Amino acid sequence: MSTTVLDVQARNRARIKVPHKKAIAIFVAPFATLFTLFYLIPIGYAVWQSMLVIEREGTYGEPREVFGGLSQYAQVMDSGPFWESVGRVLLFGVVQVPVMLGLALLFALLLDSPLVKGRRFFRLAFFAPYAVPGVIAAIMWGFLYSPNLSPFKPLTQEVGFLSADLVLWSMANVVTWVYVGYNMLIIYSSLLAIPTEIYEAARLDGASQARIAWAIKIPLVMPAIILTAIFSIIGTLQLLAEPQVFRTFTSAVSSTFTPNLLVYTTSSVPNVSLAAAYSVVLALATFILSFTFLKVTQRKAFQ
Amino acid sequence: MSTTTAAVPPSARARARTTGRKDNGRNGPREGFLPRTAAMLVMAVFTVYFLTPIWWLLVASTKSRGDLTTTNALWFSDIQLGENIAAVASYGGGVLPRWLLNSVLYAGVGALVATVLAGMCGYALAKYVFPGRELVFNVVLGGVLVPATALALPLFLLFSQVNATNTFWSVFLPSIVSPFGVYLARIFAASAVPEELLEAARLDGSGEVRTFFTVSVRLMFPALVTVFLFQFVAIWNNFFLPLIMLRDESLFPVTLGLYTWNTQVNQVPELRLYVLTGALLSIVPLIIVFLLLQRFWRTGLGTGALK
Repeated sequence: MSTTVLDVQARNRARIKVPHKKAIAIFVAPFATLFTLFYLIPIGYAVWQSMLVIEREGTYGEPREVFGGLSQYAQVMDSGPFWESVGRVLLFGVVQVPVMLGLALLFALLLDSPLVKGRRFFRLAFFAPYAVPGVIAAIMWGFLYSPNLSPFKPLTQEVGFLSADLVLWSMANVVTWVYVGYNMLIIYSSLLAIPTEIYEAARLDGASQARIAWAIKIPLVMPAIILTAIFSIIGTLQLLAEPQVFRTFTSAVSSTFTPNLLVYTTSSVPNVSLAAAYSVVLALATFILSFTFLKVTQRKAFQ
Repeated sequence: MSTTTAAVPPSARARARTTGRKDNGRNGPREGFLPRTAAMLVMAVFTVYFLTPIWWLLVASTKSRGDLTTTNALWFSDIQLGENIAAVASYGGGVLPRWLLNSVLYAGVGALVATVLAGMCGYALAKYVFPGRELVFNVVLGGVLVPATALALPLFLLFSQVNATNTFWSVFLPSIVSPFGVYLARIFAASAVPEELLEAARLDGSGEVRTFFTVSVRLMFPALVTVFLFQFVAIWNNFFLPLIMLRDESLFPVTLGLYTWNTQVNQVPELRLYVLTGALLSIVPLIIVFLLLQRFWRTGLGTGALK
């Protein structure tokens, strides 16, 4: 890119005009430095690493890393386990995210309606599982599902919660258990921010709570629902702790069950270049999916 | 995200909460018996769903190894929580207290530093006009959409280049960057810190940095607590980064530690009880902190979602 004299002058002028330059630098520089070091550079480095391939002179030669262009990505595209894992988390997300957010919305609306007594208690009870980290939640539910250790043995001996058929949905239950209360609280806070005058008139006209919820409250908290949906989509694509923990309870979870598990397994082979390529594709896919979702819903909800 | 609805100043929201809500539901027709019963029934059923696993964990942690499998799992038998805690705390040379301490350092100190950094940056983006401001903000927003787990492997590759994996810093340093914190802090500072106040501080001869730490921080406090909580939970829950970075057991956070114990349950049966007691010990402090800070938690969540 060429820099003209005019550009330089314009920039110098802009620089002189900015007041409190030193303060701005003090405020922004620490975060900017760390963000560059631990966000931008790792991503850049992973992209670079993903383009390297290992080459050997003969079978027993010294391995060398050489530039291989996009050959790892061709391998990612051809990889059966990768697409299976992607398909699995997509299926998981298509079912689990709407169920979880539907429940969260229902609870938030009930808490906000005059139908429920003891709001404070329910709010706390539903939110409590969020204090349990994913790994610990998975360990707890692993015990609860187990045919031998569960307090609900009559049920868990009949239904194979940890079998190949059901294990994905058993995980979905763990994630739902942890996050419903959190999402409920986000939606509930934005319900609280709606001034009641807005639906006073409807109430005086004799509209039922269900009607008020459907026609007034839900449209107004749409931005909150979209926010929770985006975070849920991101979370679903990143599933790692739950399947990794469940591997100790059942053999139905393979080492390539979710994309992140595949990244971990591949990097411990070690085949870091291929793992880097998986990582880059996954990060990009997450970004594109949540960004697209944000744009589409914004256009639909606020046109 | 920043354009979803018009900005509502915090004061207006506070009004809505304190005045508008008190008569919630007291106007208009009274609800019938059936809807009220149905609503309470739904809430009751789900209370059981949400609390049973935690209750079970609490009960299980009070039992002896024998009682764990032979007695009613949802009720106490011979309570020996104290003995269990003592046993689990000294198992493996007292490694569990070490893990708990590590978690507090990674998540507690990490979230504190992250909050200060994000608060300063978000404040500058909201209150000062400078070239590149929008670029910085957009790059940060992009960072919000790339979750921490997606960065675990790239960070591992980078840290192995400088031979810094398997160190405290390899988990701590990446944890103090919170793009979502910058986003929240900017949104909140824009509406909560009035321009006139900054002008007044300037006339009084207060420096910009001093004004931030003495005046603006107080106005931004609810948002900063939210950023802290968010980041705390994010670090506490981030399993991939320590899993891929750390080999040395003494550096583990408690989640990774309990995970490794759980993988050995089949070879070392007494670990089963230790995993459960350890799990209880690790979540109780969190639940307490959450309950204490829940007022802030809600205010801030509303901010994030509304704007």
